[in-house]
Amino acid sequence: MPAEVLRLEDIRKSFNLGTPLETEVLHGIDLMLRRGEFCALIGPSGSGKSTLLNLIGLLDRPTAGRLFIEGHDTRALDDAALTRLRGHSIGFVFQYHHLIGAFTAAENVMMPLLLDRGHPDDTMRSTAEDLLDRVGLLPWKESRVGNLSGGQQQRVAIARALAMNPALVLADEPTGNLDTRSADGVFALMREVNRTHGTAFLIVTHDPRLARRCDRIVEVVDGRIVTNEAVVHSAAEEA
Amino acid sequence: MSRWLPFEWIAALRFLREGWMQTFFILAGITIGVGVIVFMSALLAGLQSNFLQRVLNAQAQIMLLPPDEVARPLRDGPGIVEDAVVQRPTQRLRSIDQWQAVQTQMATTSGVTMTSPVASGAALALRGEASRSITLTGVEPESYFRIVRLPDSIVAGQARLLNDEIIIGTDLATALGVALGDKLRVTAASGRDATLTVSGLFDLGNRQVNERNTYVALRTAQSLLNLIGGVTSLQLTVQDAYAAETMAQAIQGATGVRADSWIRTNMEFFTAVNAQRTANTVIRLSVGLSVALGIASVLVVSVVQRSREIGILRAMGGTRGQILRIFLIQGGVLGLLGSLSGSGLGFAALVLWHRWARQADGSELFPLTIQPDLFLAAMGVATLTGVLAAMAPALRAARLDPVVAIRG
Repeated sequence: MPAEVLRLEDIRKSFNLGTPLETEVLHGIDLMLRRGEFCALIGPSGSGKSTLLNLIGLLDRPTAGRLFIEGHDTRALDDAALTRLRGHSIGFVFQYHHLIGAFTAAENVMMPLLLDRGHPDDTMRSTAEDLLDRVGLLPWKESRVGNLSGGQQQRVAIARALAMNPALVLADEPTGNLDTRSADGVFALMREVNRTHGTAFLIVTHDPRLARRCDRIVEVVDGRIVTNEAVVHSAAEEA
Repeated sequence: MSRWLPFEWIAALRFLREGWMQTFFILAGITIGVGVIVFMSALLAGLQSNFLQRVLNAQAQIMLLPPDEVARPLRDGPGIVEDAVVQRPTQRLRSIDQWQAVQTQMATTSGVTMTSPVASGAALALRGEASRSITLTGVEPESYFRIVRLPDSIVAGQARLLNDEIIIGTDLATALGVALGDKLRVTAASGRDATLTVSGLFDLGNRQVNERNTYVALRTAQSLLNLIGGVTSLQLTVQDAYAAETMAQAIQGATGVRADSWIRTNMEFFTAVNAQRTANTVIRLSVGLSVALGIASVLVVSVVQRSREIGILRAMGGTRGQILRIFLIQGGVLGLLGSLSGSGLGFAALVLWHRWARQADGSELFPLTIQPDLFLAAMGVATLTGVLAAMAPALRAARLDPVVAIRG
């Protein structure tokens, strides 16, 4: 198992290619993420964070450069293979929970497994219940997700992101829509999953307080990485 | 969550249930559409078969007649013609030449189920001062009444024809003031006459026919019409009524007598049936098309509403094929459910219609025949229509760019 879960080599991304409106929003990004790393991605609005996250999440393709997920070069993969790799290696947590309203909490957590295997089975359900237990929502497993609070929904989303036991979870402002207490709880949950499971996290955030609680902070400004440094945690913070 | 259903089915059914109001309205629309199609189809099929039954029960399917008389120009020798103007000869009342032999030959021809000789011609029915011109039809009751169901239309007396008996229509009876058992004088164009007893009255539902048609025994007609031993036509029924025309042509070729099929003599009927069928098809297609468009528009809206969820499903490893199938299944399920309730509606409408729409005398317009095939076909077609109508929305859903879809 390779130690690195993600490697970007000189990634560039332009929009409106071949038109007078062509603009390059990422100008050669190099980034590496190891297994079990907990990394914050910060930067002002319009700096290219979301674009970068979409590329890493294999939802979009770079214009130039190479992108490796768990050692797989994604440039050679076709759409179906990218979908498969995305399903198996990457979990998503979005700012708005983005759960599927027609399903219960447990079913939402099962969803990635269901999409992968095609039929529901018992192991899926027990996996989903284990994950809901870990995020503290087992009693709500049969609830429609629309009936849960914002914090609870985000916890379900985290449980869902972990369903396929991915090497990397991409979180786009996972606490941006929550009050401080819920935000702390959700953050602590991600941190705990990261420690116990060794899942790497890449978290886009606007909250400097949260960013400082990560292992590393990567700052993107105008499509370039301007800071990429480890956070030195004081003893007081660790406590 | 059902264990044996594949993911696409689970998602499709959940989506339909979640958007229950849209689902309800489009199902109501499909129900009405399918109901109308089922109702119209059953009605038209009933009408046609009933019409056909009436036409076929009132006449033979093939009628063999003596060939027209033609004038042969007199010639002196090759190329020399005496009289250049050839007039069409008058058509005398004539017998079919060697009709017994022809009848025997017909009886053994495959496809022919029944033969009956008929001698008919014009005559006058007289009673006191009143006289009416009639068509005298001399028949052998045993065979003829199996081809033309006259006994079904007898309203008084019976369909019995002894040598001095006659069966007449109700309107002729009224005109001449005769009742069952009364006597009637019949004078044929040949000058011969006979006094006959009315043994039965029929009502064929057509005033002209009731006034004009009369039936006597074959022998009586032969003597009145001066056709001793001869018949003017041979009536045939065949196994396949729709093949009558082809058979008639074959018989004409084989025997030399003229053969007219009911298809040729009822051209108007077939034109009417075809016009009706065309109109019905146009209506059914239009209703089917509007049902399909309804399904498509509901699913297009659903795709727009769910584009974010579709994006999430794609981000979580859902393939384009899975998304495509979710929406195709929704279309198919809508079509199937709508056709089930639509068949019910159509059936109910047929039963109600059959109960309320009556003839003036309270009898049914025609018997209701409900074929299970019609409902099965409606379901199959509706389901297929649903899937096809879902094609455009489903493709749109499958092609959604997850990045755009998630951002909304």
